[in-house]
Amino acid sequence: MTSTYAVLSEGLEKRFGEVHALRGLDLAVAQGTVCGLLGPNGAGKTTAVRLLTTLLRPDAGSARVAGHDLLRDPDAVRGSIGVTGQYASVDGDLTGRQNLQLFARLHRVRGPAGRAGELLDRFGLAEAADRPASTYSGGMRRRLDLAASLVRRPEVLFLDEPTTGLDPASRNRIWDCVRELTADGTTVLLTTQYLEEADQLADDIALVDRGRVAHTGSPAQFKSVIGAHVEVVVTDPDVLVKAAAVLDQLTGAEPSFDHERRAVAAVTRDATLTLPRLVRELDAAGVPLLDASLKPPTLDDAFLRLTQEAQETQDTQEEERAA
Amino acid sequence: MSTLAYDGGAMLGRQLLRIRNNPGLLILTQTMPITMLLFFGYVFGSALAMPGAEYRSFLVPGLLVATAANGLMTGMFQAAQDTHRGVMDRFRTLPVSRAAVPLGQAAADLVVTAAGTVPFLLVGLAVGWRIEGSALEAVGALALLLLFRFATAWVGIFLGLLTRNEEAAGQLGGATFILPLLSNAYIPTEGLPGWLRTLAEWNPISAVTMALRDLFGNAPVPDGAAWPVAHPVAGSLAWCAVLLAVFAPLAVRRYARGE
Repeated sequence: MTSTYAVLSEGLEKRFGEVHALRGLDLAVAQGTVCGLLGPNGAGKTTAVRLLTTLLRPDAGSARVAGHDLLRDPDAVRGSIGVTGQYASVDGDLTGRQNLQLFARLHRVRGPAGRAGELLDRFGLAEAADRPASTYSGGMRRRLDLAASLVRRPEVLFLDEPTTGLDPASRNRIWDCVRELTADGTTVLLTTQYLEEADQLADDIALVDRGRVAHTGSPAQFKSVIGAHVEVVVTDPDVLVKAAAVLDQLTGAEPSFDHERRAVAAVTRDATLTLPRLVRELDAAGVPLLDASLKPPTLDDAFLRLTQEAQETQDTQEEERAA
Repeated sequence: MSTLAYDGGAMLGRQLLRIRNNPGLLILTQTMPITMLLFFGYVFGSALAMPGAEYRSFLVPGLLVATAANGLMTGMFQAAQDTHRGVMDRFRTLPVSRAAVPLGQAAADLVVTAAGTVPFLLVGLAVGWRIEGSALEAVGALALLLLFRFATAWVGIFLGLLTRNEEAAGQLGGATFILPLLSNAYIPTEGLPGWLRTLAEWNPISAVTMALRDLFGNAPVPDGAAWPVAHPVAGSLAWCAVLLAVFAPLAVRRYARGE
């Protein structure tokens, strides 16, 4: 099978004693794209990455990474991937240069010294190259980690929370590196706690919840689940009902009132609704406006809503089973 | 096999760089046996029935073997540290032979022991120890010592991969100091009560120590010793074979599985 998927897993399961970390993970990452693996803590993201990078063996299920069977040919998988993450680290006792030379040698790169020098320059580590990696700042350490996964260009790069704990400048630097890589055709599987990161980098998002992929889609699709938040504040409490009628007509959603603030709000999934149009319609209806806002949905909203829904569905199912 | 040699060589290089960048542990492990030779040799040596010079030449092979046994701490500590820090996981995602990482560690332990033996034996010569057998036997003694050290390295690496935690490895490492105390490394076993003597003589350290004393010509095989001490060279080879056969596959398996 010549697959267009760089990562394709079916029914991956993993137990740690009593804990059922993965309960049938189906994941498909198209070649050359960035897939963001999101999910609450303990959802199974890290276990999924540890299985797909050959660090753990699944109890059931199968997967292909860069076209190689994970169980039958783990060495071919290892030859095609790069891994950077909270757990796969560089050697703090070696200098940045020594680390990269070692990894280049183990990857059978010709001229390991030259390759290490190139990467040190590219990742802005040339000055610190001959200091032990244990003396590096968090951002430098993460860049060295990333450089170490790139000594030989991987087909699939796994990034497990690549920017956790980094300041904004270091984070942007890592993001730029990831964008450059994907421009060259590398497929990236990214786990992150920061939805903004997924929004910035990912073509597709897979929401992992309780060991399964609960939802997939583009960041835009995720956000459309939630819709934009519209709120208007009026000068006179008597016109609040009139304003609500306009919102109802524009959004098709039932408005909610905040009498104390003389505000009325609604949620819209209509992407063509703009703030000027909202103001024009309200004005035409004779509503004296004090304030109006149209807030685009964030991925955080979508994330909270979807994990909540999944939780409720499961609770209902469990109640039904119990009944 | 050439893949294993190449990867193992790269990993050996890494361990030696690690030592060069951070020589503290090396200095400690290399000076400890010399300090012990001087302390035990002159402090205990003065209190024992055995004349001081005779005790010191009895002690030199004992300390060589005790150091080799305690050396399992190095592999244990470093394997635990690598696991804890995530370096092992990085190696495990590379297309590298599964035996290469532990082999590199064991080879580094061997190189360090070989290098440390030279200054120790020079101090030994200064305090009265001599090679009293043939040169060939002396070479055999050193080869046996290194074989034993290679075997203990695998024990340490396995334990380090098992504990996965530097602190736990450090505590467990402290306990290994007891092992040579229950052997013929520092004292003759003939004076021990029967059951304790049997226990001490079945300690692998005792067989290897006796083999070194025998090959260097420092002391004769005592009467009524247990089989490994009564046949020290064969006993030592058997012990090394058993340790390697058990712990090398365990360590490689543990490394490959990671859980």
